[in-house]
Parts: sequence; structure tokens; C-alpha cells
Amino acid sequence: MSSKDRILSRIRRAASGPDPEVPRDYLRVHGSRTPAERVDLLAAHLTEYRATVHRTDEDGLPMLLAWLLSRHESVLVPPGLPPYWLSAADPTRIHDRAASTPAGLDRVGGVITGCALAVAETGTIVLDGGPDQGRRRITLIPDHHVCVVRVPGQVVDSVPQALERLDPTRPLTWISGPSATSDIELDRVEGVHGPRVLDVVLLDAQ
Amino acid sequence: MTGTDLGMPAFPPFPEAAREAVGNEVLRANLRHATHTIRDKRARAVAELDDWDRLRAAGKAVKDHTLRHLDRYLLELEAAVTAAGGTVHWAVDAEEANRIVTGLVLATGEREVVKVKSMATQEIGLNEALEAAGIAAYETDLAELIVQLGHDRPSHILVPAIHRNRGEIRDLFRTEMGRWGRPAPEDLGDDPRELAEAARLHLREKFLRARVGVSGANFMVAETGTMVVLESEGNGRMCLTLPETLISVVGIEKVVPTFRDLEIFLQTLPRSSTAERMNPYTTMWTGLGPSKGADGDGPTAFHLVLLDNGRTDTLADPTGRQALRCIRCSACLNVCPVYERAGGHAYGSVYPGPIGAVLSPQLRGTAAPIDATLPYASTLCGACYEVCPVAIDIPEILVHLRERVVQGGPVTREGVRVRIRPAHGHTAERAAMRAARLLLDRPGALRAGERLLSRARRLRPRRLPGPGRAWTDTRALPDVPAESFRDWWARERKSPQK
Ligand code: SF4
Repeated sequence: MSSKDRILSRIRRAASGPDPEVPRDYLRVHGSRTPAERVDLLAAHLTEYRATVHRTDEDGLPMLLAWLLSRHESVLVPPGLPPYWLSAADPTRIHDRAASTPAGLDRVGGVITGCALAVAETGTIVLDGGPDQGRRRITLIPDHHVCVVRVPGQVVDSVPQALERLDPTRPLTWISGPSATSDIELDRVEGVHGPRVLDVVLLDAQ
Repeated sequence: MTGTDLGMPAFPPFPEAAREAVGNEVLRANLRHATHTIRDKRARAVAELDDWDRLRAAGKAVKDHTLRHLDRYLLELEAAVTAAGGTVHWAVDAEEANRIVTGLVLATGEREVVKVKSMATQEIGLNEALEAAGIAAYETDLAELIVQLGHDRPSHILVPAIHRNRGEIRDLFRTEMGRWGRPAPEDLGDDPRELAEAARLHLREKFLRARVGVSGANFMVAETGTMVVLESEGNGRMCLTLPETLISVVGIEKVVPTFRDLEIFLQTLPRSSTAERMNPYTTMWTGLGPSKGADGDGPTAFHLVLLDNGRTDTLADPTGRQALRCIRCSACLNVCPVYERAGGHAYGSVYPGPIGAVLSPQLRGTAAPIDATLPYASTLCGACYEVCPVAIDIPEILVHLRERVVQGGPVTREGVRVRIRPAHGHTAERAAMRAARLLLDRPGALRAGERLLSRARRLRPRRLPGPGRAWTDTRALPDVPAESFRDWWARERKSPQK
């Protein structure tokens, strides 16, 4: 008998008893908010996780991004990033290609992406590898991640609402603040592996 | 007959290990600080959700329903993972799982792997098995790195190196890092920031060249084949995305039916665990993705090893099986007055604290002295049950296992129903008495136990389960006083005792 058959037959002999219905009476959202309040809550929670939050509109975006990225010589850019976002920025744009090695990406200081959505109640941004976000590795290796969230359209209230809108077959990365550890005497330290600096730009769609 | 190998050397019975641990002042101070800090923060994070009780009930029900139809959901999972370009392997025990993983790594031609912290691979002793095959396995979670450099064992589920303080960590980094790769800077100080930076540089070197990654998973979704890993540092993302081959070793109880079910656990796990609204990083991936890895986003080969190793035996026990609901949040450790004093090592397994006291003796059987004494490593104060996000009644299982140790009875071992004999009367009794003395000798521990007991009064059963049952058939249990005598004395005397 294969191990698979052995495990399955053990399960069939062992599983018995009641089969509970899953009660789904928990809340879809905690509290009710206007779109503006939802965006404010997202900003507050991101800040609590030591991400830096900026707000701007379409006109102000290129200057803001130019300023945020000015400390880097080069910056990673996903293939489908709207070109006008970086129209005022100086750093050399590095495009992630299948052939680029992790070591190569390690020489780039920053990365700029959009996102799939953001969750206000938890202060989370979710990336799904869409054209303005690129591969998972480009938001992981550089030390500085700038992420643009279109508000209020990309902001949902809660985790249940977020899952509803996501496609599970895409690679998903949920980010709540910069990389952090509390492993040494419970002192919180940013970094160790992922980006140590996370800037979130809330882009008003006027 | 222990059958299940948890990859651990022989351990002394809990009372002996605990006696040694409670004499260690540094350990006790660190543990106290850790457990109290997390405990207080957690209570605030949980209070934020007014539907906490409903989320808890839903999480419990999802897990119970899945366990009831575990065969069906595992087959569904296998089909979904396979359709998405992954390969599924089934491992009955630790040995088989280790053999599969070792074979997969050797087939890549590589001799090193990077690992993200995984309790399942610790449980089966994978690192040791890989080492025996000439493969170096690097733990990449900061705490796990500390544990590995110190040739040590983890002592807490969430903060595995909590028994070490910053001075010790600096010394370890200075002496050991160079032997494994990039050495620590000569003048390394003991500031956590500096230490983290040293670890970052040391580990980054490994990530960037690693071609094989090994992980566990927090959840697997049957419907879609999606794997879910929650973490804080980013080392998980590194191990899950950069290598060409990814091997995930996951206990069969980690499956949930639908993608939607994650909405429950993504709310309860981070809050129960690190007391955050959400952990910094969660990665979800489905096989090799829609394009089957062709776009180079993530590994080009994915293997999932489904691990039994005593889980189906645990499933066969209607009382004990609820331990399989555990989502490894570690909340029960942080409220346990016994764990707080004894520390994680005393439990002699990768699963410490209250959950370890019920899980290890079920996965391994109760034949070894450590496993026979683990069900006594508790005051039965009930605090672990109250915090558990999937409502595992740990005290109930503890009493059930005590009964098994003392009276023997039917159990399932390696899929076969057998009847075990009682442990030698004096062994069990001695274990119980030593565990009691451990507490009675230490007024602080007893006081904590009493307080929690009076707080949990309304949950107190009318009848004692297990060996005490006959006695309570004809008597009512005495009421637990609203206030312990010690508290009353302290209050009456108005002493500022804490
Ligand atoms: S038993 Fe419950 S509280 Fe303890 S680690 Fe598991 S899920 Fe968390």
C-alpha cells in the first residue's frame, strides 16, 4: 500500500462524530466608514507599523516620487508602471527581467510599485504581481519600497472584503509595515531581510 | 511502543527538566518579560474586534469540519496543487518525510538549503537528516539563526530564542558566524539594531546564492491549492521566492476547505500570536502560478510533502483530536503559569507549553517518561483554553491524557487500535507529586494558578473527568472561591503585594 493510501485509510477509520456547520455570523466589516474615513484609518494603521504615509494627487505625484527616490542612483521599475509617475525622477530605471539575478537586484537601492488593494482595518497593502507591481522578488531585495495606493478605489475596509477581491491563483504578498523582528529581548527592530523603509503614497483620484 | 519519531533525543521527565529550569534566573526573567508583554498586547488586539467570539467559533468549526472530512480535502488539495504545476508527496512518518526531502534536494545537485522557520521540519528532525546526507540547512529566521548558531533548541513557538539575552547573542554571533559564512563584524556590540544588521548581512549572502528553499506553511487551501505563510522578517519571502526549487513540509491538519476560510484565520492568528492587527508579511502562492513558473516569478519546481507522523492517530481519539485544530499562535504559552517558570525546553519537544503538553504525548505516545509526565505539566487553571483562538479545551485533553497514563486503555498507534497498560502506578504518581511540588515550592506560581482559576470559575465542570469521576458521582465539587486565600489575606492586610 502506498503511503498516500495508508494515510487516507487511517483517516477514514479515525474520522468520526459530528460534522459542524461553520457559523458565518462574524462581521464582514468592523464599524461603518465613509470612503474618506476608510483612507484615514489605513493611513493611521500604516503609520503605526512605522511605514511613512504621504498623500498627493495626480499632479503632485511625479514630484513626490522624485523626492522619495532621490537618494538612490537606480530604482527598480515593474513593466506596467504608468510612465508619468516617474516623469520627474532622476534615478536610472532598472527593469526586472527574468534573467536578472538576485545578486543583481541587490545592487539596486529602491523599488516603486502600485498595488492590488489595501486593507484599512489592518493597515495592509496587497501585491498580486500585476503589471504595475512586477515579480515578488523586486519588492523584497531592495532596502526601500515605495508603494502607490489609489484612494479611495483600491482601499477596502476589512480582511474578508480583501479576500473576496483577490485571485488566489496569482502570487499574493500582504505587507503590513516594513520588515520587522522582535527576536532580541522583544525589542522591535526594522529590517533583517525585507525592505527596512516602506513609503506608502495615497494617490487621490481626482 | 512509541512508533512516532519526533527527531528529539531522550529527554528527562518534565518535573526534572522543569526543576532545573526554574533555578535559572536569567531564563525566568526573560520568560516573564516576554510572556507578560505579549499577553497584555494581545488582550488589546483582541478587544478591537467585537466579533472575536464568533471568529473563534467559526475557526473551531472550520477545523472540526475539515478534520471530519480530511481525506476528501487532502485529495482536493493534491489535485489543485498538481494542476498548478506542483508535485505532492505523502509521508507516513518522520523518516519517510526526511527521506523524501533529502532525495529531492540531492536530485537538484545542491548541498545547501535555506529554511524558513517551520515547526513541522523541526518535529521530524529534518536538519539532522539533511546533515547526515551531507546537506547544510540554514535557518534564516533571526531567532532560529541564534538557536542554530548556539547548537541549541527553540524554547518558544514565536520567539524561539527568548532564553537568550543580547549579550549572549553578541557572543554567539562573534564566535560562530564565521564558521557558517560571512563573519560578524569584529567590533559587534549588543544593541539589537547592530545584531540584526549583522544577521542581515550574514543571511543575505546565503539567500542570494541559494537554489533550494525549505518551508512549512500555516494554511493550505484545498479548493485552490494555495499555500499560506505568515511571518515578520521577510526571510520567509526570501526562501519562498528566490530559490529555484521550493519544498514545503506541512502537517496534514493544516488544510482548510476554501480560500474564503482564510478570512477567519488571517484575523485571529496575528492578533493571538504577535498581538498585531496583521503580521508584516504574508505570502500566498499556488503551485507555480498560472503560467507555471514561466514568468520567473518564484521557484520553477514546487514540492509539497504532506506529513502524518502521528496525526491520524491523534485524529482517532475523539477527545484528543481537538489538538489538531491548533494554528500555532503561541497564545497559550504566554498565559501559562507553568510555562512561564519552566521555559520551553522542559517540555522536551518542539511544541512547548500547554499545546505541547497535549500534542507531544499524542504524536509520540505516552511510553517515554517525558511524555507520561507532560499531562501533569499544568495547574489546569484554564487560561490556555480561554485565549485559544480555535477554542481547544487543553485542560480537558490534559485530564484525558492523565487518565490514559494512569489507567491505560485503548489508543491508536500507527493506525492500529491497541490497548496500553497503565504506567507503573508509582511512576505516574511520582510524576504528579513532583509536578505539584514544583508549584507548591514556588508561591508565585501557585498564586498565579489560583487567580486564574477563580477568574475561570464559571467554566468549572460540575463533575471531575477521568479518575476523579467516581468520586464526583456522589459528591458535588467544592466551589472554587471567588478569591484565593492568598489574595484575601493580602487585601485584608492591605499589603501592596503583587
Ligand atoms: S493551542 Fe490554541 S492558543 Fe495554543 S498555540 Fe495552538 S491555537 Fe494557539
